[in-house]
Amino acid sequence: MSVNQQAHTGPPYGQPQPGYQGYQQPAYGGQSLPGVPQAQYGAYNGPVPGYQQPVPPQGSLRAPPTSGAPPPASGASHPSGHLAYSQFEHGDVQNGIPASAAPMQRPPASQPFLPGSAPTPVSQIPTFQQYGAPPASVQQLRNHMAGMTIGGTAASAPPPAGLGYGVGPSSYPPTTGAPRPPAMPGPPLPGQTVAGPPSSQPNHVSSPPPPSTMAGLHPGPPMSGLHGPPPPTHPPQPGYQMQQNGSFGQMRGPPPNYGGAYPGAPNYGSPPGPPPPPKRLDPDSIPSPQLNELPPQQKPRHRIDPDAIPSPIQVIEDDRNNRGSEPFVTGVRGQVPPLVTTNFLVKDQGNASPRYIRCTSYNIPCTSDMAKQSQVPLAAVIKPLAALPPEETVPYLVDHGESGPVRCNRCKAYMCPFMQFIEGGRRFQCCFCSCVTEVPPHYFQHLDHTGKRVDFYDRPELSLGSYEFLATVDYCKNNKFPSPPAFIFMIDVSYNAVKSGLVRLICEELKSLLDYLPREGNMEESAIRVGFVTYNKVLHFYNVKSSLAQPQMMVVSDVADMFVPLLDGFLVNVNESRTVIASLLDQIPEMFADTRETETVFAPVIQAGLEALKAAECAGKLFIFHTSLPIAEAPGKLKNRDDRKLINTDKEKTLFQPQTSFYNNLAKDCVAQGCCVDLFLFPNQYLDVATLGVVPYQTGGSIFKYAYFQLETDQYRFLNDLRRDVQKEVGFDAVMRVRTSTGIRATDFFGAFYMSNTTDVEMAGLDCDKTITVEFKHDDKLSEDSGALLQCALLYTSCAGQRRLRIHNLSLNCCTQLADLYRNCETDTLINYLAKYAYRGVLSSPVKTVRDALINQCAQILACYRKNCASPSSAGQLILPECMKLLPVYLNCVLKSDVLQPGPEVTTDDRAYVRQLVTSMDVAETNVFFYPRLLPLTKADVDSDSLPAAIRNSEERLSKGDIYLLENGLNIFVWVGVNVQQGLIQNLFGVSSFSQISNALSTLPVLENPFSKKVRSIVDMLQGQRSRYMKLIIVKQEDKLEMLFKHFLVEDKSLSGGASYVDFLCHMHKEIRQLLS
Amino acid sequence: MATYLEFIQQNEERDGVRFSWNVWPSSRLEATRMVVPLACLLTPLKERLDLPPVQYEPVLCSRPTCKAVLNPLCQVDYRAKLWACNFCFQRNQFPPAYAGISEVNQPAELMPQFSTIEYIVQRGPQTPLIFLYVVDTCLEEEDLQALKESLQMSLSLLPPDALVGLITFGRMVQVHELSCEGISKSYVFRGTKDLTAKQIQDMLGLSRPAVPMQQGRPLQTPQQPVISSRFLQPVHKIDMNLTDLLGELQRDPWPVTQGKRPLRSTGVALSIAVGLLEGTFPNTGARIMLFTGGPPTQGPGMVVGDELKTPIRSWHDIEKDNARFMKKATKHYETLANRSAANGHCIDIYACALDQTGLLEMKCCANLTGGHMVMGDSFNTSLFKQTFQRVFSRGYNGEFRMAFGANLDVKTSRELKIAGAIGPCISLNAKGPCVSENELGIGGTSQWKICSLDHNTTLAIYFEVVNQHNAPIPQGGRGAVQFVTQYQHSSTQKRIRVTTIARNWADAQTQLQHIEAAFDQEAAAVLMARLGVYRAESEEGPDVLRWLDRQLIRLFIFHLRRSPFLQVFNNSPDESSYYRHHFARQDLTQSLIMIQPILYAYSFHGPPEPVLLDSSSILPDRILLMDTFFQIVIYLGETIAQWQKAGYQDMPEYENFKHLLQAPLDDAQEILQTRFPMPRYIHTEHGGSQARFLLSKVNPSQTHNNLYAWGQESGAPILTDDVSLQVFMDHLKKLAVSSAS
Repeated sequence: MSVNQQAHTGPPYGQPQPGYQGYQQPAYGGQSLPGVPQAQYGAYNGPVPGYQQPVPPQGSLRAPPTSGAPPPASGASHPSGHLAYSQFEHGDVQNGIPASAAPMQRPPASQPFLPGSAPTPVSQIPTFQQYGAPPASVQQLRNHMAGMTIGGTAASAPPPAGLGYGVGPSSYPPTTGAPRPPAMPGPPLPGQTVAGPPSSQPNHVSSPPPPSTMAGLHPGPPMSGLHGPPPPTHPPQPGYQMQQNGSFGQMRGPPPNYGGAYPGAPNYGSPPGPPPPPKRLDPDSIPSPQLNELPPQQKPRHRIDPDAIPSPIQVIEDDRNNRGSEPFVTGVRGQVPPLVTTNFLVKDQGNASPRYIRCTSYNIPCTSDMAKQSQVPLAAVIKPLAALPPEETVPYLVDHGESGPVRCNRCKAYMCPFMQFIEGGRRFQCCFCSCVTEVPPHYFQHLDHTGKRVDFYDRPELSLGSYEFLATVDYCKNNKFPSPPAFIFMIDVSYNAVKSGLVRLICEELKSLLDYLPREGNMEESAIRVGFVTYNKVLHFYNVKSSLAQPQMMVVSDVADMFVPLLDGFLVNVNESRTVIASLLDQIPEMFADTRETETVFAPVIQAGLEALKAAECAGKLFIFHTSLPIAEAPGKLKNRDDRKLINTDKEKTLFQPQTSFYNNLAKDCVAQGCCVDLFLFPNQYLDVATLGVVPYQTGGSIFKYAYFQLETDQYRFLNDLRRDVQKEVGFDAVMRVRTSTGIRATDFFGAFYMSNTTDVEMAGLDCDKTITVEFKHDDKLSEDSGALLQCALLYTSCAGQRRLRIHNLSLNCCTQLADLYRNCETDTLINYLAKYAYRGVLSSPVKTVRDALINQCAQILACYRKNCASPSSAGQLILPECMKLLPVYLNCVLKSDVLQPGPEVTTDDRAYVRQLVTSMDVAETNVFFYPRLLPLTKADVDSDSLPAAIRNSEERLSKGDIYLLENGLNIFVWVGVNVQQGLIQNLFGVSSFSQISNALSTLPVLENPFSKKVRSIVDMLQGQRSRYMKLIIVKQEDKLEMLFKHFLVEDKSLSGGASYVDFLCHMHKEIRQLLS
Repeated sequence: MATYLEFIQQNEERDGVRFSWNVWPSSRLEATRMVVPLACLLTPLKERLDLPPVQYEPVLCSRPTCKAVLNPLCQVDYRAKLWACNFCFQRNQFPPAYAGISEVNQPAELMPQFSTIEYIVQRGPQTPLIFLYVVDTCLEEEDLQALKESLQMSLSLLPPDALVGLITFGRMVQVHELSCEGISKSYVFRGTKDLTAKQIQDMLGLSRPAVPMQQGRPLQTPQQPVISSRFLQPVHKIDMNLTDLLGELQRDPWPVTQGKRPLRSTGVALSIAVGLLEGTFPNTGARIMLFTGGPPTQGPGMVVGDELKTPIRSWHDIEKDNARFMKKATKHYETLANRSAANGHCIDIYACALDQTGLLEMKCCANLTGGHMVMGDSFNTSLFKQTFQRVFSRGYNGEFRMAFGANLDVKTSRELKIAGAIGPCISLNAKGPCVSENELGIGGTSQWKICSLDHNTTLAIYFEVVNQHNAPIPQGGRGAVQFVTQYQHSSTQKRIRVTTIARNWADAQTQLQHIEAAFDQEAAAVLMARLGVYRAESEEGPDVLRWLDRQLIRLFIFHLRRSPFLQVFNNSPDESSYYRHHFARQDLTQSLIMIQPILYAYSFHGPPEPVLLDSSSILPDRILLMDTFFQIVIYLGETIAQWQKAGYQDMPEYENFKHLLQAPLDDAQEILQTRFPMPRYIHTEHGGSQARFLLSKVNPSQTHNNLYAWGQESGAPILTDDVSLQVFMDHLKKLAVSSAS
């Protein structure tokens, strides 16, 4: 970037892109001038000195050094590519903007600024992109970095430039001018380098420049390096600003202005301020590759080009292209699977599919010292009952006969492909604890000349990574084979529930839904029995015995001492009692149609279900449909304790903690009985999710929340969730244990479950969407030869009442070189772990502490890499491991999430809800949850099945003339720009103008035209990929709701104070440098 | 003497009263010397076909402490329109309505033949009768079926506007809501948890705090019936509904493991029944009818644990203080009985099981509230079915033979005070000048409440002569007693029956013959027996016998001593409670039968004749019919039995034999028809196992000890160590003489 900038500054640059320069500069100037921005900028710098520092340095750096060195690099390396890119960009941009190309561009730039301190980053990015342009994404040149930094500085300038666009040259000059001078002379320059750009470069590609950089680069992972301005620059914070300005100045302005510019510097922030913002850069809409290339042009304008810093979109796209085509074969130890965002097939050849287990690293340090040094958490995200695509086979069921599965005598590990048969097959040596065990006679088999059993390929447990054993009676509770489980539907029939039409809706739905209870294999009918309870402040049980002509209702008002009033006839087979159940479901809405009862109980409802299952001696699941805070006199009664004043205080954690320990005890009882609770909430106000969620959470259940439930808009979503929840595969009364090779040990567990000891994860119910994250720690040394093995054994009761063991095995490599570790990491999984870790942390520590710890850990991880794996280079360079280059952006998303940094519109319940939700998410879900997917609908190819290429989550990327879709696993937003062609609006919404589009739509109208069909099919496809039905929200640009939408543009600065990507990257860089020094 | 017999009989028929003494000793001292206290048996609602009720209110004495009712014994000044109260001598004005009164135009209450008179008063709201069925579902299928049928049948016997309710219980207690269409709805309670009336009402949604408070409206009276109507509905409205509901009633579904009794929450079920009525219909006539097939085995009021290996308490256990649940359970039921009685609701117990069902503990429920107690072997027997049916029997005018919420007020003239009452009643604690400090039975009051009574319900009321020896009563003075019974008639009318009687005073020193002549031996026996039973209930058995021995003499006592009322030997605690319950409420005739069973002999030697209750009456060529009140035994003598086996009755030439066999059957049938509860009907013969019922009752004049009777034709020997009447009398004579000296 620096190069570019220089170019800009200098005529050369200008040559390539004459118009461009001009634009930028003026823009820049303009921005700085505005003054408004200043405030932001200032704020930015002010609050987080660290941030400022990096920024300024960049600026400073850029100017002087960059100009010198970088230019060449950039110029050299890029020339060809760059040019092309730049041209592209230009073209695109301009094209996109056609009408008013200049303004268009500006806005984007300015916008980023607006949102947060982003501007700087943006500027950096461009530089980055430039680098990226150089194709060889991987390699980075430290030089580049350096250059980058320079570029960065330059970049920093650019952003203003962006602003400047709008403003106009006149203003520009002064500001820039002012800053420059100082910058130029000063050391500040280096600091600027910090800017992301370098990092981006690595990712993007190597470019011609690489060569030089290459040398500097480590062979392996590409790094982006930001040059930090040398210490000297840092000292004076003001200086930083100065520098920035300076950098700007370099770009354009004369030093003299500096003084004036200074104030302007703050303007950085201002960029947003500039009126132009409304416009977007079309570049974004351009296919990502192009985007990368585009940056070059931008670079000149901004200090850090947003396109130059690592792009999640690019990484996802690359992985998809590189690994999506071939099946992933699990035969090799320590193989890193494709990203979760990539569609791929798995062939099980001895290791569990990544659909079941994903690890943060597939190469584990041999010693705990190494592990500590790297700070990379060793964790596995396990989804034991994950649903598989139809092309893949479900785990085979193995029956070892009456004596049960063959296991190691000492550690009790189950027979698996890694067990070593010796003595001609008469014994086997355990791959986990090395103990030698006799092979039971019935299991004996000869070995072939390679030492493999002859029946190797006939036995799933010898050749596959995942399989199931049929459990014997020894594995059952009370040494009795379990009865088939039961589902109990417990419906709130208080005034609110009845009035909103919810009760009627549920009853109607249940009538048909009961035919779709989970079945085992190809069984004729489900073995699951069902029961019904309604309640308000008393409970109503229903006898639906098949021999009755009419259901019977039994009211239990003694909620203080709950019991189940009937045994026979409460839990019934659906087919046998069909008519009685139908009659019941018909009558329930009628019976309570004129209820005036507004109070509800909650704990007794769970107790009732629990008692019912106890009485029936089976496991099961409660589906509770609940509407309000349980304030009626009963055990577990709650009071309204919502208090927003606690946010950002040491007491904030109490908002996440349950009000009373009553529910914890209840949950314990539930788990002991195998009573899983799924909770559907329909609150109109605070109902204390943190407390109500305790039981569902600890029993392995789910919570679904529909705030301000309205029949018209929410019923479809609710019914879809309900259907899926009822139908999905589920196991009961589950116990999971993870065994590992000697040397490491599972030490910590995250997810929705209960633990009564330190090793066994107990879940009353476990469905195909539930994930458990397990953290490992060293307790000894591992060897590179044998690697490390994981065996996850899940004992559960299937939906037909069969007791089974599901085994997943995974073998990992071990390393003595940190570089190997960093080369085999998976950032998505890492983020999954970190998020869960942080979300648990808020229960016991102030949120700020949690956030700082997160940042610190990541900084350490990256610093360790920088120190030990990256080739020596200037301290000002930010160098990221290839596998972790997205760590900063994702981490920033985690930090900005509602739980860790709530905005004013986020309720306490929402936070508690999300907190619990995330805790059992798998990697794919956390990925999209933290970094939502943003699709330009108007760019979709109507004729193909494919999705349009995603774009990055930044307002800068949105074009007024387009329609976008954003999904994060919970919501789908359809954003409509103000300038969208009427035809598109007509096609999609069936109305004639932008203003007629209704915010109230919960689904898209069904219209017979290709665009509508395409969009709806995209929406349907996305819905199909998620475990929950997402809420569809139509957002019109400049509408009230847009605030909500912007919240999900996670690369931008958020209203609640979350940093923009670029700013955060700078901050990380500063942290890393501090650690290194 | 004949005159006295007639007098006594006439009095009984007209007033339903029999005094132990019909001429009263005039001083306390003399009265005490008489040993048998001055007392009477009162049948407040004695059926009087010739007594049409009058349709106005009684005239009361205006003295607040007296309030006696105008009666034939009052002195009336027709000219001044004044009357003097014969108890307190207050002079009262006649009310305006009596303006036309004169010697020839007297109101009914002043005519001597109306010493007993019944008024119908139109006060207060009329509430329908209420029947609340409390049904045990821990029964054998067959039993439950029979019970269900009986209950369904009973619906047709109820007055159409009567309210009915249904509570079933087993491990849980279910209160069934009767008003709902479609889904049948019930409130369920845990069988182990004692709830206060308030809690029960809250849980049933009967308390209505929120509604009026919220709305700020004044209490709406019409609301109450609406609320309670969920559980209590007029028969005619939910007739079909309830029939179906009963039909669908299942056995308690909770599994009963081997070696365990089913868990039966009788205590809680009753508590809820009482609480329900208490909250909805206080002070109106209501019957809680408990049908149970076994002992309560859990929760408050449990009588025995659910382990079958621990048998239910016996008299032996009780004596050894080994009945661990008894005291607590008794207390629980006593509390319930008192609450129920306070609200004027009665509790019936229909217990049908082969083993004991806890009547001992639950007896107070029936005893204090005037409820019925019926004990049988199974609900599937005619004993239960017919008895139950008879509960709803109607009198000659089609009215139910039951009355509710009676309030008996006794007033005496100054020389007498009231010592107490024994019967199915509770004290109302009405202290007054005529209440004695010495208590006999339930004392310390002049008013009692009888929650339910029929035409046979009889109370024993004990008096004390307080006149001092040195203040003689003038010659020809008469003592008077007035019984005022206010009750709710089965037609829901409120009625008042007033009985006023008077007896002559006599100086025991000078007129001893008169007093002796007016002694009513039968009444005295029954009255003493009631005292004895009352004491037996509250004191140790042997003590009572000793007390009785000290007090008494004469024939009845021999049998009384041997009767199940005092003897617990060979009876379970439940049986004793059962017998005593009935003894304390039946009228004189029935009581006598209970004490000394009646034995009739049928033979070819003449018409049926009563014979001595003696082993000598058991002859081979006789058919005997014994009525012990609880049992009717027909016993064929040895020869008769042989003839019957030979089939002579089927031969035309022996038709007379057939008639002979038939005669006792017909007579027994007649007794069965009228008696409540239905007696156990036993048809046996010489040597039959059931002959024991007869043999245990007769006087063992011949036993294996007095061999002289062996081989003679004069009856059958009884194998017993009990002393015979002969021996008893001999001993008694000796005692009498020695004590006299």
